[in-house]
Amino acid sequence: MIKMRDVAIIGVGCTKFGELWDRSFRDVFVEAGVSSLEDAGIQGEDIDGIYVGNMSGGRFVEQEHIGSLIADYAGLASTLHVPATRVEAACASGGLALRQAIFAIASGYNDIVVAAGAEKMTDVGPDIATDALAAAADREWEGIVGATFPGLYAMIARLHMHAYGTTPEQLASVSVKNHHNGTMNPIAQFRNEITIDTVLNSSMVADPLHMFDCSPISDGASAVVLTTADAAKKYTDTPVYIKATALACDTISLHDRPDITTLGATVEAGKRAYQIAGLTRENIDLVEVHDCFTIAEICAIEDLGFFEKGEGGRATYDGETAINAKIPVNPSGGLKTCGHPVGATGIKQAVEITEQLRGTAGKRQVDGAEIGMTHNVGGTGGTAVVHIFSRNR
Amino acid sequence: MISMTVARFWRMIPNRYNLIGTQCTNCGQYYFPPRKICPTCRRDGKIEEYKFKGKGEVVTYTVIHTPAKGYDQQTPYNIAIIKLDEGTSLTGQVICDPKEMQIGMKVRSVFRRLGEESERGMIYYGTKFVPE
Repeated sequence: MIKMRDVAIIGVGCTKFGELWDRSFRDVFVEAGVSSLEDAGIQGEDIDGIYVGNMSGGRFVEQEHIGSLIADYAGLASTLHVPATRVEAACASGGLALRQAIFAIASGYNDIVVAAGAEKMTDVGPDIATDALAAAADREWEGIVGATFPGLYAMIARLHMHAYGTTPEQLASVSVKNHHNGTMNPIAQFRNEITIDTVLNSSMVADPLHMFDCSPISDGASAVVLTTADAAKKYTDTPVYIKATALACDTISLHDRPDITTLGATVEAGKRAYQIAGLTRENIDLVEVHDCFTIAEICAIEDLGFFEKGEGGRATYDGETAINAKIPVNPSGGLKTCGHPVGATGIKQAVEITEQLRGTAGKRQVDGAEIGMTHNVGGTGGTAVVHIFSRNR
Repeated sequence: MISMTVARFWRMIPNRYNLIGTQCTNCGQYYFPPRKICPTCRRDGKIEEYKFKGKGEVVTYTVIHTPAKGYDQQTPYNIAIIKLDEGTSLTGQVICDPKEMQIGMKVRSVFRRLGEESERGMIYYGTKFVPE
């Protein structure tokens, strides 16, 4: 096998997430991209390539050909002709963009690459945005019969409650914990504390999921700059090293899975990542998981091996996933409170882990964080992307 | 109801109206929605059409309060994953009082209108389920 080069993150950037009425799709990705270059201390001329995660420019802003648009408005197209590639895996588009960028460096093809993610979801009404998101599931055999995206996760939640005794209060405790963490994150869309009653008294979206069990519709962009581990110290004193990238796919339809409460893609991507990194779950100091719904976080922490199947709800309710508890989960506030501009989410997770491993996460800093993990899911688990990061090479 | 072009909907009419899927006669596994490649046997598989009997049980369910496009008039409505007696599962609407919904309940398929694009638009039909 050809020897691959080790890869490191040398710069990160992220816009505020939320309903950014005054800013366009172009505005948000330019802001995130420029701030990542400033953080890395590099110029446009240094960039060998860009990978951008974007789920549905076509539906959200009626714009395809996102690679060209990004290179153009970042000022990198007309004279430098920097190659920019859009990648798509629904809500896991950002994680997939990071993975492609890692490949570009590891292979020796490129030396400095920007991995970015961007989504502008509030330029259309919530009906169109919701319908666009439903395309992450099987349009012909789930969507057409009236299954909404929250409805599919609600069916996971229903069976999890039936099989393991998970309660609505335990589901709600995921949202309460993430709202608490979000109060300490300047980019978060929601920065308010809530209680279990806030969740349970919010309107029902798809029984048993209430509005406060669901991540919001958001705008935002994020970017990270990658180079080789050998070169990283030229740019920063605190590079964050990529220890593993893993991707796994599963059936696009929820109904085709042998166990509805287990995301097989998460289990497999997690196993592959641990194996590649030569680490186990005990080595992981913190994890950013894909909490598009509260039940998704519970499944994720079980499927990644942090808790036994069926224990995720209880563990969260008992505080075991809080910052500086047994395993800090979503110290950023997760998708629930940061917001979920779908293409940007997977990159934002990497930005959060980088800040945590650098020790610059402010009030939400996990003490002594050395090794972190991200987990980004497309659809109801048709795709899962897992990355492991370390502050030590 | 999402907007589908006539051809996109029409080409699946036998499957949607009559629960016609496929079976791999090499391993015996049934598939609905129909598959042309058996995930177990892959290119060794022998795929044939199969008309499902339409009986099954609810694996899990939800009651949708924020509807999919075109389902506003039916809200709240029940959506379930139904495991057919032949062993394969699908997603479908179960027509009954939401309070009657239970994991494990027996259901059977019925032919119903799914929705329409607009008052004068295309009407979609397909399979729904009722308690047995």
